[in-house]
Order: sequence, then structure tokens, then C-alpha cells
Amino acid sequence: MFIRTALRGLITPLLLILGVAVITFLGVLGGDQVQTSLTEMLIRMVVVVGMWIFVGNSGVISFGHVGFMCIGGYAAAWATVDPNWKSIMLTGLPDFLQNGQYPFPYAVIGGAVLAAVVAIVLGAAIMRLSGIAASIATFAFLMIVNSVYSNWDSVTGGTSSIIGIPTVVGPWVAFAFAAGAILLAYAFKSSRFGLMLRATREDEVAAKASAINVFRVRLAAFVLSAGVVGVGGALWAHFLGVLTADSFYLSLSFITLSMLVVGGLGSLTGAVVGVVVVTIVVEVLRALEGGIALGKATLSLPPGSQEIGLGLVLALIMIFRPSGLTRGREFRLPWLQSRAGVVVSNTAPATGE
Amino acid sequence: MINFLQNLIDALSLGSLYALVALGIGLLFGILRLVNFAHGDFITIGAYSLILPSASVTATMVIGSWHWEALIPMVCVIVIIVAMATDILVFRPLRRSSAPTLMIASFAVSYMIQNGVLMIYGARPKAVNLWSALTTQINFYGLREPVLQLVTIATTIVLMVGLSLFLKRSRWGIQMRAAAEDFRMAQYLGVRGNFVIGLAFAVSGILAAAVSLLFLAQTGALSNVMGVPLALFAFVAVVVGGMGSLPGAVVGGFLVGIVTTMLQAYLPPDLRVFRDAFTFTFVIIVLLVRPAGLIPSRSIVERV
Repeated sequence: MFIRTALRGLITPLLLILGVAVITFLGVLGGDQVQTSLTEMLIRMVVVVGMWIFVGNSGVISFGHVGFMCIGGYAAAWATVDPNWKSIMLTGLPDFLQNGQYPFPYAVIGGAVLAAVVAIVLGAAIMRLSGIAASIATFAFLMIVNSVYSNWDSVTGGTSSIIGIPTVVGPWVAFAFAAGAILLAYAFKSSRFGLMLRATREDEVAAKASAINVFRVRLAAFVLSAGVVGVGGALWAHFLGVLTADSFYLSLSFITLSMLVVGGLGSLTGAVVGVVVVTIVVEVLRALEGGIALGKATLSLPPGSQEIGLGLVLALIMIFRPSGLTRGREFRLPWLQSRAGVVVSNTAPATGE
Repeated sequence: MINFLQNLIDALSLGSLYALVALGIGLLFGILRLVNFAHGDFITIGAYSLILPSASVTATMVIGSWHWEALIPMVCVIVIIVAMATDILVFRPLRRSSAPTLMIASFAVSYMIQNGVLMIYGARPKAVNLWSALTTQINFYGLREPVLQLVTIATTIVLMVGLSLFLKRSRWGIQMRAAAEDFRMAQYLGVRGNFVIGLAFAVSGILAAAVSLLFLAQTGALSNVMGVPLALFAFVAVVVGGMGSLPGAVVGGFLVGIVTTMLQAYLPPDLRVFRDAFTFTFVIIVLLVRPAGLIPSRSIVERV
């Protein structure tokens, strides 16, 4: 009986990780092209699950999380790039970064910490705003990050990118981090803070009346979520080996948000499923843009159809299935369900007034 | 002094562009609680409607070569059609959705329009020469200003006065204000919801068309993301001014324009590249002091 209860608590993250493991295993068997897409997908999963910690639980949409990805990525790159190159190109770095070179794990931690610290400062300012105003303020944040990182030449290399980052992230490393992110996100969701934050999402006024400090719970989630997204940025840097500030802007923000919405904002399962589904849609469209041989003729879609297709999928999901593919429910095994029935915290966010 | 006056006119001219964009966004937000990211892309469409689709760098003007008396209404009509089409295709099925859902939907529309323009007109930015006569400078007691700056300010004033007369005096305008105040109550009293919303999209289309022409005459360049920075600055302006309040949107627009121009003029040269970062930091500071904006709207206060 005790084991059953413990299993019930952990079943969702374990099933999700198992599912992702199966996808990773199958993908690794494929060619280079498949492995690259797979790693990209797993890194995005870290980012999207990180975003979900804040967006999913609080119901406040954030356009700025890609900014944390940028911050985490650059911080990690500063740590691992060859000091000789840094001393020529990045003359403005502090001494310990300028002359030192650190192993990958430190770089990841550095990325997470810097992103989280920025989130504390930013969050202290904008978490006091109402939901919509806060969303737009996160936009302002994204533009600040983009403006600073693409112009601060002595530290970020400006528009010429940082190159020579060791490419140590492959599918299994990315998988390990994705699994970690899923566990962390689920732990947060099940915690006291997670429950309070979802209460503010369902009804802010009632939550306040129940003595929940909306500002504090939102800020806590924002910082944790920024840290996880920062890790995603660090992985991204060590997967591509090259960083440019412009790759962390509106397009990436759009793709990661659509992953969240397609899967369903209401559940962690939604975040994970959304990443997989959107990746498949994008890959299929990309293949079609490249051209597919049909007998003698080659059928190819014009450039731009990948993006339009993604937009279309997103719009259709929102119109016909507003709470996403998962309808805000978590994935679990029916025979392990509690007899008490519905768990209140798993209901989808209210979508109507 | 002359220098400062010149900067001030530049600031007012940029501010009036932002104010027009912010008005278009604020109008829809007031009625629909829609934060319309696609507004910037309405501007892009207005500008692209002047030329023929082609892959070359210099654009072939079609509507763009018409006389302005025919050109302006035509561009307005095209943008209005696009704006109302997005309403019917995307936002109408989402009428009962929450504000965050609408916001993401408009983000999707914006992304689709940008890439649609890319698909039809190609990825290359194009040079366009619209109303070059307007860039001649006039000399006014030592003050040299391009006519275009003054035209921009004047157009903005005319449009703002026109819009406020429309909202205050005309039957439809009053219905729109009633809908912004309390949408359901207005419907009970016989205001047709979809009609009023369609009208709001049309008005915001006219505002976007005006901005597209003024902006194009200034920059002379077309790109499929040309409207995005305008819309982003205008969003920030709407929030600073107070969401849901039209005077707030105008004040916010001018404020953001003035701050941007003054930072450009008076920041030390090494810091000038970070101008936008300073502007947005300033915005976040304003919001810290006044979370509801400079002119909070009464109807937006959340009722329990």
C-alpha cells in the first residue's frame, strides 16, 4: 500500500521520462541528421519545461524566457571557450573568466546561476504588475537582453558570434538534463509553492484572501524557471558551438511558446508532449520545404511555409482545443488512480470568463 | 537651443508615430482585451501593398505610383480588409478565450503574416521611394526640419481629433465606447458585438495604414519585419500609459518617442548603441512606480 502511494506520486514524471527515453533511444539509432534534431528537441524540452514551471503554474505568459536562455548560454560559453581566443576577442570579461577555462558542469551551473540572479532583479520589478502588463514587461526584458548582448562587443563579441565552444552535448547528455528538468518541475508542482501558485492562477482574488502572497510565489517560480531555462541555454551553446544574440529572439520565443500551448499550459505532460509534437510538425514541414520526390516530380513547399504551418497548427489548436492536446491533464496509469477521484490541482486553467 | 528644438521636433514626430500605433493597439485592447501583436504586421502589409511582388531589390510600384488622393484610401482599404479578415478567421472563433490565449493567438497571426510576406515578396529588404518631396528641409528661423516630420505630427493630430470626435459624437463611436466599458452590458442594450469589434479592427487598420505610409516615407525601406519594432515600442507605450485607456496610449506613445530620441541625442557615444535597453529599463522603472500606468483606465479594474 505504501509503495502504491509513493508510486502514484512519482508515476507522472517517471512515465514522461520513460517516454522521452524511448524516443531518445530510437532517435540515436537514426543517422546524423536525426540525432541533431533529437538533441535540439531535448534541449528545447529543458527550456520549455523550465518555462512551464512559471508559465504553466502561474498562468502568466512570459515572452522573455528566451532572454534567460541567452544569458545562460553566454555565461556558459564565457567559462568554456579557449582563454587565448577570449583574450583577443572578449577583452571586457572579468579576470577569472578571461584567463581561466572551466569544465562543462561548472559552465552549466554558471549559466543557471546568472539567469536566476537576473530573474530575481527583474522579477522583483515586474511580478508586482497584473498578468497582462507583466507579459508585456517580459517582452521589454527580451528586447533589453537582445540590445545589450548584440552590442556589448567587449563581452559578447557583439554581432560577430562567439565561436569555438566545445560541443560536448549529444543526445544522451541532453536527455539526462531533460529528465532532470522534468523531475524538478514535477517536484515544484507538487510542492506547497506550486499549489499556492496554481491557486493564484485559478483565482487571484480568492488566493489573496487565503493569505497567499502572490508576489512571493510568482517570484519564486520565476527565478527557478529562469534557472532551468539558463541551463537550457548553456546546453544549447555546447551543442551548437557557436552563439549569436539574434538567435535568441522572437522566432525562438514563438516556437517555445507554441510548444507550451500546443501541449497544454495546464500540465507538465503538456509541456513535454508539446515539444515532441511541435518538433515533429516542424521537421516534416522542413523536409517538405527541402522537396520530396513524388515519382519523377519533386514536390516542395516555398520557403516560409514551415513558419506559416506552425502558426496555423497553433491557431487551430487554440480554436478547437483551447487547453491543448493534453487538456491540462497529467499522464498517468488508470489502475494507479486514487479512489478519491479527481485531484483538484490537475484541472485545466479556466479559459473562459 | 536650436539644437534642442530640433531634437524636440524629432522626438514629437517619432512620438506621434508611436502614439498612432499605440492607439490602434489600445483600441482593440479596450474592447476585446486583445493584445494584438499582429498590429505591427498590419503596418508591414500597408507598406508592401504599394509594390508588385518580385525578387528584385528595387521595387516596382503599382499603387505606390498613384496620386496620393487615390493612394491613401487604397492602402487603407487593403489594410482594413486584412485586419478584419484576421478577426473573422482567428479572433472571432476565440471570442470566449482568456486574454493570454488571445495574446498568443495574435502572436501566431503576426508570425504567419511575416512569413507570408516573406513567401510572396522574398526575403530581401527593398528600397522604395515614396513621396521624396517630403524629405526636403525647410528653414524656419535657423531651425532646419524635413517637411515630413511636420506632416507626421500634423497627420497624427488630425487622426487623433478625428478618432476622438468619432468616439464621442457618432452613434457607432458611442457603441464602441459602451462595449469597451462593459461588453456584456452593451450587448444587452442592443449593441451588436461582432459589428463593434469588426469596426474596431477597421479603425485600427486605418491607423496602421497611416503609420505605414508615414514610416515608409521616412525610412524608404521595406522588410517583412519592419512593423515589429514599431509594435513592440507601442506595446510598451500602451502599458506605460495605462492599459485600456486611449489618452494613456497617446501619452505613453509620445513619452516613449521622446525618451528614445533624447537618449539618442544626449547619451555618450559609447552608450548610444544601448539606447533601446535604456528606454526599456526606463519603462520598467515607470511601471514600478505606477503599476497601473500613467493614466489608469477605470473600466479595466478587475471586479470580483
